[in-house]
Amino acid sequence: MPIKISPLSKKSPPLSTVGFWVVLAAVALWPVLCGFNPYALRVAGQIGLYVVLALGLNFTLGYAGLFDLGFIAFYAVGAYTAALLSVRGWSFVPATLAAALAAVVVRVWVGIPILRLRGDYLAIVTMGFGEIARLVLNNWDSLTNGPKGLPRVGEAIWPAKIFGFTLSTNTHYYYLIMGAVLLSVLIARRLEDSRLGRAWVAIREDETAAQLSGLPVAQLKLAAFTISAFFAGLAGSIFAHWERFVTPESFVFWESILLVSMIVAGGMGSIKGVILGTVLLGGVPQMLQAVLVGSQWINYRYFVFGLVLVLAVLFRPQGLWPSRRREFEILDQEHAAV
Amino acid sequence: MLVFLQQLFNGLVLGSIYSLIALGYTLVYGILMMINFAHSEFLMIGAFMGLGASSLCLNWGLGWPGVVIVFFAAMLGAGLLGVITERLAYRPLRHAMRLAPLISAIGVSIMLSNAVFLWVSNQSLPFPAILPERSLTIGPVAAGSLQLLIFATALLLMIVLHLMVQKTKIGKAMRACADDTATAGLMGINADRIIAFTFLVGGALAGAAGVLNGMYYGSIKYNLGFLPGVKAFTAAVLGGIGNITGAVLGGFLLGLLEVAAAGYIPNGSQWKDVVAFVVLIGVLLIRPSGILGERVAEKV
Repeated sequence: MPIKISPLSKKSPPLSTVGFWVVLAAVALWPVLCGFNPYALRVAGQIGLYVVLALGLNFTLGYAGLFDLGFIAFYAVGAYTAALLSVRGWSFVPATLAAALAAVVVRVWVGIPILRLRGDYLAIVTMGFGEIARLVLNNWDSLTNGPKGLPRVGEAIWPAKIFGFTLSTNTHYYYLIMGAVLLSVLIARRLEDSRLGRAWVAIREDETAAQLSGLPVAQLKLAAFTISAFFAGLAGSIFAHWERFVTPESFVFWESILLVSMIVAGGMGSIKGVILGTVLLGGVPQMLQAVLVGSQWINYRYFVFGLVLVLAVLFRPQGLWPSRRREFEILDQEHAAV
Repeated sequence: MLVFLQQLFNGLVLGSIYSLIALGYTLVYGILMMINFAHSEFLMIGAFMGLGASSLCLNWGLGWPGVVIVFFAAMLGAGLLGVITERLAYRPLRHAMRLAPLISAIGVSIMLSNAVFLWVSNQSLPFPAILPERSLTIGPVAAGSLQLLIFATALLLMIVLHLMVQKTKIGKAMRACADDTATAGLMGINADRIIAFTFLVGGALAGAAGVLNGMYYGSIKYNLGFLPGVKAFTAAVLGGIGNITGAVLGGFLLGLLEVAAAGYIPNGSQWKDVVAFVVLIGVLLIRPSGILGERVAEKV
């Protein structure tokens, strides 16, 4: 078998391609392009929040290969923390920082015990955490107001206020979310080719080998957990302030599955891929919903979703837009299997 | 004491359903080292097959033979579904990267539950009782005939499975594959066929469990597989995944724990579904190989 040498370090091409600037301009001008249509702005904002979440989950799932089926729980922790603080008069920035911190703390707290677990076991346990979190939100009436959600009657989650400027319209939130997306992309890019990023990839590819090479596997996993939870807490706080309403309904198992699917479809560990996967899986169903509303075909969307997931793994396991490094690895594995 | 005995009985009945489902997880895991995420949907499909067969049998006025037909239909349907799933969604990935079969299984699970959703929508369908319900008392314990039927059926199927695995040739081949698939192949065992057969058996047990589950709760829905699926998986891990006796033991233990939680914890019925998850996490942390398992839980 010919030996393929995967390029360990691959500088991304300069960001000067036409396509990139077109996309960037479209994102920046989206509110104008869609004529400030509230529905289009809400969908775009939702997708933006999914991008932040998916880029966060990409640290654990995409780079470190830790299968987390309960990630949405940390989004919930962020959203509920922000909501609880906002009704007590905290303003947006401190509430968001506290939300991110709370998500990180919970993540570390539940993450430390499960550092030894891998693969399917980790998936099931994290799914368990996700469900426990939802059930706690549902049943802990004195704190979370149960299924009715927050705020309680007579309270209010205040709209986000940044440096004295109150975010009141969907357009404002759209730009706030795009700011968060930008921040996420920058952090992800910085980490991708850092020592940390490469160590994560080593764990993903062969945990035993990584450990034997002297990598502090447990700490590295914890670092991935922590960073991903920070993103989830941030997104959760924005969500809470934007919706001004949180219920356990928003944090169901399905959402975790959706996030994992976005990453897998786009390409695990590839920033561009994750964004593409998120826009496709987050946006296409919404567009279909708008087109098909009232028609019977609308019910087929989850069925098709499952089908696409299976076909994607069978025929394009590396994702739609994989990182170069990952593509080589997958191809190598396929050769090895034959 | 009376309450305790009654709870014990209820726990055993519930546990027998969990045990049946757990056997499917354990059989597949024993051979493929893979957690079949779609197993809970086999249970759900089995329940719907059983519902269809029940309605027919009621129309024809069949009594006991009807019960047999219902189980046969559910087991056959779910078993074949297991074989098809394995062939189309898992076999091509047998040598692929670690996470691929898991993702594929999640996809299958979403597909199957939504296929049923398309058919019956979000409604809960009542599960008809073929046999008239009688209440009996065994000593101090009140036992419905339905509960006894559930318990007896589950026990019967477990015994049949045990005999098959231990006494028949194909059972021996299954054990050989579970031990070492590659070597078993060298000894002339067709591993693909054994794996397909394992999915047939696991699916059939899930199908039967689906009918029992439907009878127990009295109604079925397209997403009914999720919770019993998670609980049975917990049972399999609790007993030691890959170990058949362990799955049965874990199932009964979990059933007892759940009933105890609902009965003895304040507001317990709200929290009883958390019990399985807490047990699962606890077991994986303290003794990942389960009560009877020998293998390490980590899959390298």
